[in-house]
Amino acid sequence: MSANKESWGSRVGLILAMAGNAVGLGNFLRFPVQAVQNGGGAFIIPYLVCFLVMGIPLLWIEWSMGRFGGKFGHHSTPFIVDTMHKNRLWKYIGVFGIWTNIAVAAYYCYIESWTLSYMLHSIVGTFQGLDQDAVAAFFNSYVSIGKSTLGIPLEPVFFYVLCLLLNTFILSQGLSGGVERVAKVGMPLLILFGIFLAYKGVTITAGENGAINDSSVGLNFLWTPNYEQLWSPSVWLAAAGQIFFTLSVGMGTVHCYASYVRSKDDIALNAMSAGWMNEFVEVVLGAAILIPISIGYLGIDRVTELVQLGGLGLAFKTLPYLFFQWGDVLGAVSGVMWFGLLFFAGITSSLAMGTPWMGFLQDEFNWGRKASAWSFGLIVFILGMPTVLFFKYGVFDEYDYWAGTVSLVVFALFESILFAWVFGMKKGWREITSGSDIKVPGIYKFIIKFITPLLLLWVFIGSLVTPKGGDWGAAFAGNWVLDDSSIIKKMMNSSLKDQLAAATDAAQIETLQNTLFYVNASRILLIAVFLSIALLVYIAYKKRVREGKI
Amino acid sequence: MNTSALIIMLTTIIMVTGLTLYFFYKVLTVPPRPEPDSYTDNDDELERQASS
Repeated sequence: MSANKESWGSRVGLILAMAGNAVGLGNFLRFPVQAVQNGGGAFIIPYLVCFLVMGIPLLWIEWSMGRFGGKFGHHSTPFIVDTMHKNRLWKYIGVFGIWTNIAVAAYYCYIESWTLSYMLHSIVGTFQGLDQDAVAAFFNSYVSIGKSTLGIPLEPVFFYVLCLLLNTFILSQGLSGGVERVAKVGMPLLILFGIFLAYKGVTITAGENGAINDSSVGLNFLWTPNYEQLWSPSVWLAAAGQIFFTLSVGMGTVHCYASYVRSKDDIALNAMSAGWMNEFVEVVLGAAILIPISIGYLGIDRVTELVQLGGLGLAFKTLPYLFFQWGDVLGAVSGVMWFGLLFFAGITSSLAMGTPWMGFLQDEFNWGRKASAWSFGLIVFILGMPTVLFFKYGVFDEYDYWAGTVSLVVFALFESILFAWVFGMKKGWREITSGSDIKVPGIYKFIIKFITPLLLLWVFIGSLVTPKGGDWGAAFAGNWVLDDSSIIKKMMNSSLKDQLAAATDAAQIETLQNTLFYVNASRILLIAVFLSIALLVYIAYKKRVREGKI
Repeated sequence: MNTSALIIMLTTIIMVTGLTLYFFYKVLTVPPRPEPDSYTDNDDELERQASS
């Protein structure tokens, strides 16, 4: 008999937990940057189209797959997908739904720990009186485990471990007693903090508190449509990618949460409510904070330059400085709210990442809740320490690329094919609409069967063979030179090898050689984890056969 | 703000906020199903027990 006795406390709690799973750091840091880089206001058109034809279908697919697997007592993707077809190989595809979460949690908890640390630094006034360069230098020193400002030895390691302990403790309290309780507190606070910061973001006036632009300049920069970009496949690819990451689909967490819902209860409305809540946080709140505030104080040119480095740089190297332009007290309050908001966005997602592994151990090996939670914490600690210690050598980015980007697309592609073509759309549709509290539009039968898998295939192929500079026109005209960001070039370490070939300085050559070593070592580690989970799935399968369950 | 940016921004914000509120309101107001359901907090509410 399974040791898994988890359940949700309330429907609102489940929706908040599911929304919390989807709402992550990317809502505030990735979305505005993607919008700026891909046509401003016109980005929202492909973005919303992709949400309707890829995001919503994937949410329904994952919710219904989870609930279907839960009927048979499965709460992790290997055996959830195993129940959907007689071919026993599917469960190894389901390994992605555990592996991705462990690998992503390893580096994600590290960013989460920065937010925790930065909240404390905002309170004690570390950033008070510092100029922008000094705030940026603080971040660089922090991630290279340099001098500790708080007097705590190995400060980033300390906060990382603290963050992991917090996650593990909450997970050990179970779904309703831990995860759901945190979501019920965290999500409303996140929205409250977001509304406050968005209000500050849209009320900046040039000349006040050192601002050089009105907030309208930043909002114009973000929302002015560049319709010509709508014809660029790169923009659509970016929009599809953003929808993917923002909804936390292709990870296995949605399946796990939904597996605790009974067959007669609704999933269609739940999925819509959680999905749109995520969109509200991303599009309404996320768009009103980072870019308008940064442009208000730094100007368009400087922000365009900073945006190239991604949202993390703006969030940790720039905003703490900008907040203190509003005065010491408001600067500290805003810092706490900003990093508090990011912390809640992060922890509600990282908690979700722990549940598939816990569900697997509880279902298959009769582990208790506490033991499975602590085992998750330990594995994430072991896998995550290289991201902390060798951050500068690209270990963090490597995990993010393979586990947090490529793996999601691969798993979602497989699951959409499994659901629509192998399990069958007739049964699939029955699963989506069973117990539904809303009428699911019939057009989605067609979308789920044809559009979603094709779109996912296109996203995958587009990432696999991305042409140089995203120039699809040249590629289709016969000049298909792969970009360094394509999966194939990444796999070959082309960019690093080119840099190494061009380097002349001995110190630079040594750094690049070290980076190459750590990048390859990270991949071996990630593959080893994947194979270990696959082995456990095999052992669990054999155990089931022995016990006559299969 | 320029007009096209304002139109896109307001349309998006109103649509996304409206749909978020609509679906959440629907979750809150839809009549709950009788026990046993998926949620434990309401297990002891007498009016929600299935009639035998």
